[in-house]
Amino acid sequence: MSEPTPPILTLNNVGKTFEMQGQRIEALHDANLEIYKGEFVCLIGASGCGKSTLLRIVAGFETATTGEVLMWNQPIKGPDPSRGMVFQDYGLFPWLTVRDNIGFGPASRGRPRREIKETVDHFVDLVGLKRFADVYPHQLSGGMKQRVAIARVLANEAEVVLMDEPFGALDAMTRERLQDELLDLWERTKLTVLFVTHSIEEAIVLSKRVIVMSAGPGRIDNDIAIDLPRPRDVSSGEFNELRRSLSTKLHSHHAKVAA
Amino acid sequence: MSIAAERTQNPTAAKAHRRQFAFDGTRLKQPLLALVLPILLLIGWHFATSWQAYSLIPPPHQVALAFWDLAVGGIRNDFFSGTLLTHVIASVSRVYGGFFLAVVAALPLGLMIGRVPLVRQTFDPLLQIMRPIPVTAWLPLAMIIFGIGPTSAVFLVFLGAFYPILINTVFGVRSVEPRLFEAASMLGCSPSAQFTKVVLPAALPAIFTGLRLGLGFAWMIIVIGEMTGVPTGLGAIIMEARQLSRTEIVICGMIAIGVAGFISDRIVLMIGRKLLSWSPNHV
Repeated sequence: MSEPTPPILTLNNVGKTFEMQGQRIEALHDANLEIYKGEFVCLIGASGCGKSTLLRIVAGFETATTGEVLMWNQPIKGPDPSRGMVFQDYGLFPWLTVRDNIGFGPASRGRPRREIKETVDHFVDLVGLKRFADVYPHQLSGGMKQRVAIARVLANEAEVVLMDEPFGALDAMTRERLQDELLDLWERTKLTVLFVTHSIEEAIVLSKRVIVMSAGPGRIDNDIAIDLPRPRDVSSGEFNELRRSLSTKLHSHHAKVAA
Repeated sequence: MSIAAERTQNPTAAKAHRRQFAFDGTRLKQPLLALVLPILLLIGWHFATSWQAYSLIPPPHQVALAFWDLAVGGIRNDFFSGTLLTHVIASVSRVYGGFFLAVVAALPLGLMIGRVPLVRQTFDPLLQIMRPIPVTAWLPLAMIIFGIGPTSAVFLVFLGAFYPILINTVFGVRSVEPRLFEAASMLGCSPSAQFTKVVLPAALPAIFTGLRLGLGFAWMIIVIGEMTGVPTGLGAIIMEARQLSRTEIVICGMIAIGVAGFISDRIVLMIGRKLLSWSPNHV
């Protein structure tokens, strides 16, 4: 087959307008984006640039006011296990143990008990939480909670993992460790990741592509490929050059908005 | 000296030893502290009543004797002797009868009011107006509707337990974090399955608070409920003894209600701890 592979996600002229107290606020304007299988894409921008809105539309939690969102050329109609979401505030079920949180998706989809157990064992192990498998979320640290949240979307066979500032609430050390672990998982499983962040460094460390967004109304401004070899060295000259150029791009848009 | 040397050589053992020691200490301290006030109360009661030539309130030792007589008989051998168990059983059955009716009515209604706007709009205004009416105000109507007898008592207990269960259930259902619905739906849990998989477990701590409060109210209402002219029950002997000026029996009835209410609260609490071990606020 000489036909090129279609994108896994396609956004065509996607816009979102919220009504708040009689006022119409355009959160996202005319976003066009194609994401291919196995890509690690970061969405970056100041608050109010619509990056979270875009992610929530792809997840199916919000519907676009204009345009269309497609997965494998099929319109997205609502939340679906094929698109797993990792929230900044974890969103774990506090009444379920680590094990049952990870097994929630497979159980909801009616998988046989034995298969669920095998899947759960595998992913508990994969995120290094074997010793904590029968513990409730309130007994875990933030980093562990986020590992559970990642494991539960992977255990549910998500093709696309959507991450909304997932490491934003973690301390710097834990954050770096989880970034490494996530990259490791991504390389091993060939996942497609759409990752929202406001940290330029995080975006460059992780992604294959960085999408720069700006506010007023939220829109996509730049689509930058990051070709640095992995593992990436944050202290290298190329890294800093990229950081500077991304920073300029972000700030020039700020200046435009302010003017 | 040798103990100190051993401790420094084996810090983990020493720590374990110390922890166990402290644990025993707190285990003894708690019940001892809990006894301080009752003992002071008994002493105060004793001196306030014994030193008078004639006291309308009997001294504690008289109440203790009356309690013994009420429980097993053999002292006065009168109308009250050896009847405690009958009255306790009668009251417990009415308290739990009314309480379970309240659970059966308030729990589903609360879940529906919390989740279905149409049900909320239909029931909420009426319930809000009925709620401030004290249970005592229902007494005359209850006696007209249900007649003189245990049914009225059960109805009043039901009313007393109904609102705390209902209100806490509604609160629990309505305060489920929206994030959890998003998490469930992106994991493939259908909206109808989310009711049992998300709403119920998330609302359980609040529902349990409602059950505990409801059961407490049920025990408070039982005396009023048993004023409706039933021959048995702790409320009934209190009323009966009052008319006969047998104040020591009144106090015995009060103590029995206190103890029975306390035990039933402990039982609910134990069940709650088992079911809610996941919740940091309930451990």
